[in-house]
Amino acid sequence: MSHILSLTTFAPIIGVLAILLLRLVAGKNGEEAAGRASLWVALSTTLATFALSVLMLANFDAHATGFQFTEDAPWFSVIHYAMGVDGISVLFVLLTTFLMPICILASWSSIKTRLVEYLIAFLVLETLMIGVFTSLDLVLFYVFFEFGLIPMFLIIGVWGGKNRVYAAYKFFLYTLLGSVLMLAAILSMTMIAHTTSIPALMQFHFAPELQIIFFLAFFASFAVKMPMWPVHTWLPDAHVEAPTAGSVILAGVLLKMGGYGFLRFSLPMFPQAATYFTPMIFALSAIAIVYTSLVAFRQTDMKKLIAYSSVAHMGFVTMGIFSGTLQGVQGAVFQMLSHGVISGALFLCVGVIYDRMHTREIAFYGGLADKMPWYAATFLLFTMGNVGLPGTSGFVGEILTMTGVYGSPSTAGTWTALVSASGVILSAVYALTLYKRVMYGNVTNPKLSGILDLDTREVAIFAPLIVSALALGVYPHLVFSFTDASVASLVTVWRAAVGG
Amino acid sequence: MGLDSALTIAQPELLLAAAALGLLVVGAFTGRLSMTLVSWGAMAALGGAAVLAATGPLGSAFRGAFVSDGASVFAKVIIYAASGVAVFLGERWLTRVGNAKFEYPVLILLAALGMGMMVSAGDLISLYIGIELQSLALYVLCAFQRDDARASEAGLKYFVLGALSSGLLLYGASLIYGFAGSTRFSDIAGAVHGPASMGIVFGLVFLICGLAFKVSAAPFHMWTPDVYEGAPTPVTALLAAAPKVAAMVLFARVLSQAFPHDIPQWSQVVTAIALISVTVGALGGLVQKNLKRLLAYSSIANIGYALLGLASGSEAGLQAMLMFLVLYVIDVTGFFACLLALSRGGKPMETLPSLAGLVRLRPGLAIAITILSLSVLGLPPLSGFWAKFYVFKAAVSTHGMEPAAVYGLVMSVAAAFYYLRIIKTMWFDPPEGATDAPPLDARLVALGSAAFSFPLVIPALAVLDPLALAAAKAFGLA
Repeated sequence: MSHILSLTTFAPIIGVLAILLLRLVAGKNGEEAAGRASLWVALSTTLATFALSVLMLANFDAHATGFQFTEDAPWFSVIHYAMGVDGISVLFVLLTTFLMPICILASWSSIKTRLVEYLIAFLVLETLMIGVFTSLDLVLFYVFFEFGLIPMFLIIGVWGGKNRVYAAYKFFLYTLLGSVLMLAAILSMTMIAHTTSIPALMQFHFAPELQIIFFLAFFASFAVKMPMWPVHTWLPDAHVEAPTAGSVILAGVLLKMGGYGFLRFSLPMFPQAATYFTPMIFALSAIAIVYTSLVAFRQTDMKKLIAYSSVAHMGFVTMGIFSGTLQGVQGAVFQMLSHGVISGALFLCVGVIYDRMHTREIAFYGGLADKMPWYAATFLLFTMGNVGLPGTSGFVGEILTMTGVYGSPSTAGTWTALVSASGVILSAVYALTLYKRVMYGNVTNPKLSGILDLDTREVAIFAPLIVSALALGVYPHLVFSFTDASVASLVTVWRAAVGG
Repeated sequence: MGLDSALTIAQPELLLAAAALGLLVVGAFTGRLSMTLVSWGAMAALGGAAVLAATGPLGSAFRGAFVSDGASVFAKVIIYAASGVAVFLGERWLTRVGNAKFEYPVLILLAALGMGMMVSAGDLISLYIGIELQSLALYVLCAFQRDDARASEAGLKYFVLGALSSGLLLYGASLIYGFAGSTRFSDIAGAVHGPASMGIVFGLVFLICGLAFKVSAAPFHMWTPDVYEGAPTPVTALLAAAPKVAAMVLFARVLSQAFPHDIPQWSQVVTAIALISVTVGALGGLVQKNLKRLLAYSSIANIGYALLGLASGSEAGLQAMLMFLVLYVIDVTGFFACLLALSRGGKPMETLPSLAGLVRLRPGLAIAITILSLSVLGLPPLSGFWAKFYVFKAAVSTHGMEPAAVYGLVMSVAAAFYYLRIIKTMWFDPPEGATDAPPLDARLVALGSAAFSFPLVIPALAVLDPLALAAAKAFGLA
């Protein structure tokens, strides 16, 4: 068990090496065959990684606060190779490894060109994403966080849609600009505290005026990643152009890095600044919830609609994190996990009909419920999850974050909770409209007459997602049993630091 | 100190001088074999000089005019290695283009000798001798393809502007001598107490301008794109690497050892030059289509980052500068090796659009260029990131330089656009037609550099970090 974190993190790299070997053996004309074989390699690698993370979860002591499975080896200067997970990050690792085999399955037949490179990019991305959640060294975290841009840039740019180059640049440059400001803060913190260890920095007290600057620098990075209004504009473009599996990863995991960053860095390291900026975050979150919901309603492209709805849902997360209450933070963590499953599933739903018809225009479709009953049922479930229907996982996160914000020590909490509650209604408006337009009515488009329902592979993709969306909705304790201790200590420490 | 111990300190230079002269004679009498023989002789001499530098005694000779210390040893090893690679690349390349003249390795030896002098200079006179020896050899090398009009233009332009900068430098040196009463760095430092006189400050500024020319920092960068484009590619590979190291170490030595009490004065000038370079390099590169010109702008920006380390005026800053130089030199040499390896129908592929779809045609080289681009862009965990990491770490910890550091970081995002465009062209665009088989030598250097950039840099950092720190201590700043 001592190296299970490193093993989980770098397991996908073993798959990469295997695929490279396969490609070499296949020779000049064997690209096609190597690609097909690589799919199996990638699938088994991601499944093995998932198994490793489940094993880790099984050995995780949910009652302990602090980090577990820690590893630590000096690298150079003051930087260490330090790994560890607490109750929050262990679940994000699980989310990543859970979504990854699904992504590989979703690419099974939709990726026609350069399959080998595609799979390598995904496996490398998996390592980097797990690394973000497991590293306990600030610089190591930054390395994983930033390196993830490259595979995603290639995934969008090489296998994306018509406008992929623009979207890829926008994604890369937006995120990079946010991150370099964070880098400046990281360097400065290193020089002041003489350590890059995250647990040590959590204990370190930075002067309040420094906290303000550092907070803003980290905020620049995480707000872009989240993304928060008004720096969310890269997300719809990236989502629309990315291949289905890319969208799933983007919505399912990459966006969560922003929220994770707030929880791991902004709150514990800069508590005074976090309190100082809470009203601003509340305002931005409330605007995001209402504004992007309205924008989502006006979209004609299904993926764009879901992308905007993601921004709105992330608004719940940010306000929950900064509510400073146990319910709020619990709700935010839950909302991130639930959104990872639900929005990932929604992008997969769009992918199903996109693979058949090669368009995501809402107007193209109509009356699919007759032709594809199983698909319609699946889509309905996740639409309801997206709206936040009780019984699905979407409900738990929204209700908890709103409760948390309502009880927030910040005076802005009441109003924010009120405004964000309207977001629940707005999400029903756009999500149900989308569902009505795509599924109900008569089939008016003759091209749809021969469309087929879900095949076995697609059922295999959706089954685990359906199970987890319902299981989390009915029995949220599955998540809370792990996060309780960590979130409680996070909130207590924050409250104590600001004397509240 | 006796003459023989003085000579042991200058062993590497003596070896290079003897080898250059000896090989000239060898070349004159060996006919068709001369290029190969002289080139391998030159590489052996450079290797020997690097070993002598690394193992030889430290100290100062000739009344402090020639210094061998941690910093000079560190720089010499890089310089001799980079020069050796340039000889290796150039020997094969010149043979392929039918211009295999054995003067090429000899001139590189002389340039390397000059660069060795530069990093060991402890006196304004030896500083000037080093710079001129290096420059004259490089002027000739730029115009080595004498039938090529662009190469001749490059050589001439480099010469005229180089002479101008030497004039500035000499004028500054004479002012400093006039006001301080000595040409030796340590005496100058001793003569300047309290606030420096106006004459010293004037001389210092002229000196900095002259050196800024040599490292191609903006606003003294005008020659760089033209010379990089016109010079034969192996020579450009040399120009972008070794002389930059030599001039930067010299720069650091003059400022830190002759003017240790005037850090606030020179720090602001150097910061200004650094920030202008970073800006010019980032924005100028955005519109370039020719890859060599693009790399010229990239080198202007990168020298800006190295200068930012120097401007910190601290031991951490100088360590950052040295780390930056090592990592950057490896990247840039690899980059030019990639250009040398790529040709289509016998013509070098030097424009950005010609790289279209390269990943389908030459996956190995395309991945090497991708790694090197991302590295120079400064993305972790590639070597270029760690180079910038050190520089910005030093800058943010220097009081008053935090805004400069943030500005430099933001500019690196602007520059990211053109590195991304290289990657976009290779990965996203459809291929244009078969390329020639890449020559082994260039491919070896290209893949080697890329492999160092990632993943070899990860373990290498743990080795380089203490070495650079020890070298930085030699400058004697706190």
